[in-house]
Amino acid sequence: MISLPEPKAETLAKRDAIIAGLRRILPDSGVIADAARLKPYEMDGLTAYRRPPLAVALPETTEQLAAILRFLHQEDVRVIPRGAGTSLSGGALPLADGVVIGMMRMNRILEINYDDRFAVVQAGVTNLGITAAMQADGFFYAPDPSSQLACMIGGNVAMNSGGAHCLKYGVTANNLLGLKIVTMEGDILDIGGAHLDAAGYDWLGLLTGSEGQLAMVSEVTVRILRAAEGQRAMLAAFRSNEIAGACVDRIIGSGIIPVALEFMDRPAIHACEDFAHAGYPLDAEALLIIEVEGSVAEQDDLLGRIRAICDDFDPISCRVSQTAEESAAIWKGRKGAFGAVGRISPDYLCMDGTIPTGQLPLVLRRIGEMSEQYRLKVANIFHAGDGNLHPLIMFDANDPDSFHRAEAFGADILRLCVEVGGCLTGEHGVGVEKRDLMHHQFTATELDQQRAIKTAFDPGWLLNPAKVFPLVAA
Amino acid sequence: MAAAVADARAARRPLLVQGFGSKSAMLRPVQADATLSTRNLTGVTLYSPRELVIAARAGTPLDEIEALLHQNGQQLTSEPPDLSALLGSAGGQSWGGIVAANLSGPRRVAWGATRDHVIGIRAINGRGEVIRAGGRVLKNVTGLDLCKLIAGSHGTLGIMTDITMKILPAPAATGALILRGLDAVHGVAALSAGLGSPFGVSGAAFLPAWAADGIPGLGSQTVTVLRIEEFPASVAYRLEQLAGTLARFGKSEILDERTAKRVWTAIRDVTPIRPGAGEAVWHLSTRPSRGPTLLALIEAAGARGFMDWGGGRIWAAGPATPALHDAITHAVWDLGGTFTLMRAPDSLRASVPVVPQEAPPLAGLTRRIKAAMDPDGIFNPGRIYAGL
Repeated sequence: MISLPEPKAETLAKRDAIIAGLRRILPDSGVIADAARLKPYEMDGLTAYRRPPLAVALPETTEQLAAILRFLHQEDVRVIPRGAGTSLSGGALPLADGVVIGMMRMNRILEINYDDRFAVVQAGVTNLGITAAMQADGFFYAPDPSSQLACMIGGNVAMNSGGAHCLKYGVTANNLLGLKIVTMEGDILDIGGAHLDAAGYDWLGLLTGSEGQLAMVSEVTVRILRAAEGQRAMLAAFRSNEIAGACVDRIIGSGIIPVALEFMDRPAIHACEDFAHAGYPLDAEALLIIEVEGSVAEQDDLLGRIRAICDDFDPISCRVSQTAEESAAIWKGRKGAFGAVGRISPDYLCMDGTIPTGQLPLVLRRIGEMSEQYRLKVANIFHAGDGNLHPLIMFDANDPDSFHRAEAFGADILRLCVEVGGCLTGEHGVGVEKRDLMHHQFTATELDQQRAIKTAFDPGWLLNPAKVFPLVAA
Repeated sequence: MAAAVADARAARRPLLVQGFGSKSAMLRPVQADATLSTRNLTGVTLYSPRELVIAARAGTPLDEIEALLHQNGQQLTSEPPDLSALLGSAGGQSWGGIVAANLSGPRRVAWGATRDHVIGIRAINGRGEVIRAGGRVLKNVTGLDLCKLIAGSHGTLGIMTDITMKILPAPAATGALILRGLDAVHGVAALSAGLGSPFGVSGAAFLPAWAADGIPGLGSQTVTVLRIEEFPASVAYRLEQLAGTLARFGKSEILDERTAKRVWTAIRDVTPIRPGAGEAVWHLSTRPSRGPTLLALIEAAGARGFMDWGGGRIWAAGPATPALHDAITHAVWDLGGTFTLMRAPDSLRASVPVVPQEAPPLAGLTRRIKAAMDPDGIFNPGRIYAGL
């Protein structure tokens, strides 16, 4: 279990005054203080941890957000920024003495500019909402986390979200041009703009992925891209993880950059096939989904090259889709993976480490051994192009022992990721979930340096406390 | 290196931090008692072509790294420029230098800046402590991203000793399409149409007649040029499609591959500018559609320039006077954008803002971040901002 700090008694004691202060800034509907309506805010995607906040504030403008932060700063009250609450690492987990600032009312797209290839959106616009607004004109916003239907761009910035198409298009940090942020003191700052590469320190880079530790984001200027002429997927099934891993290496080595290169192990294949009936071969140990882009002739050429590489690795089967519908069927299983695992297990933890891609066979073997040791099933989904591994550990939340074993299993996997040269988190963030593992990746000096940066922005440590950095004994 | 920093800190002695010093003409002159160079920290420490990762010590010559990648059919994605002619330096540049200055080439418009590809660093902070950030994997959101903070900070926050970068396969072929004689407004409109097409344009520049004239093979009219890098059949197909997309701007010509590569190397290395003695050089960035207005404004003020990044980047040169500097920097600021003074006599660069002044709360954060990394201000004092 992860410990959370004791609420500050002086904050709890002035709860009514804090709520009254928020109501002076926001309309009545923008402040939530009664227990029943606080319930939906008591957790995020890391559902094992819940805690009702002191109150929830829902600003509609940057100025309101600034006024709220200025007020809470004066009152020395902790703040928990929240987008859609889809964080899998507990990034939006409340504290009993903290005010959740929910950004969902700031959900307007302010500008779309095709000539200059950017869009300005408020923090509460959903990831998919950005693409949806421009899809008819052939443009899109590239990062595509699995939660893209619900998750909000402000949260994507906070967590530096990735997705299945990062190998070619990069993660959130690589697709931003500017931010409007509000500091804990209530200062509104414009970072970057519609142009590339602001001079001075790289605020954009530092703020992206800072998990709400440094400032809150109210507006985002994203880089948008024209979509390729088309895309098509293929599926290749192999007899072992080692063989599939070697095939991935050869594809990358051939000079092709697939837009997606996804790997599923045997338990993941079975779970997804039972759920989606995508036609995945059940006798395979490992499955690759490979997607390429371009004109139909270019797709044929690239898929032909990849097919020839796969054929060198004694595949059980290889299926190159001929139509968009066949591609969609191939993706259907993978995209439904979380739901599929949810069907065979009442609860699961979705882990998120990154490893050097060459270490995949070793890491999967070790995870298999741990699975027996902890007596818990695990399915592995892997963004093979960039080394981001998602083991889904299945447990039963009604059985506390099963949950504790799942947490310990997850921590062991992440330690293994660091041990083989990788990291604790590739795209979900540290949050509370991985906070206490940070010293496995960083030295005390390195953590202190990061804390000093946090302090430079938020001297009172009021923003999203008890996350990212291991707690220091007061 | 850490011991040298600790000594300097104990003695409160400011250090000029540099690699080969090839970019010392940029920004403000540094007032320091001693120079600490990374030039003896050399060598590739990790190269895993199949994992698309390379790591090297900061003083490794960039040429060596690029040659190694080339042997394996790979390349640095951001296409770092060789600015030795522009900045009047000789002796090449270091791996750390391109990261510390976050310099990127034409491909930046499509594939990201140098800092986008930095996935790990090891650096020494102003307390003489070794700090690692990132790692050797392509996707990593563990903790604050100090890689990006330190990359591009011109040695003012930490001395990078090791840098790991994500790399990509080099394209099998390069093609370029040009339109001659367009004015800047139509040229940038054509570049926008190309960059907004589904054909994966990886370079988009507009050269006024004098700049085109400076690149052999381009003739003496304005040149609007777009690049495609792909497998050979795709290059041919996409150039043809692009010519159709751009037909409303005029008839396009396709350059042979050798000429195409030469033109893009010249644009990357800013060779058409050829600054004279007593001239200053500026790097300007604005939204692409405002590039033509910005170019006209700086020309009216007495400078010359050409556009890269689809119109969003202008490389400019002109007399190194405070009046011209003011005119150029106000023009880009008013249009929405940023500037960097790349080269000027010390008297000018010591007396004017070399990058935009930050709004007071942001300037306060800059001072606090500097203090968090380098509390005694011993690294490159005054390099970016006076008094910092």
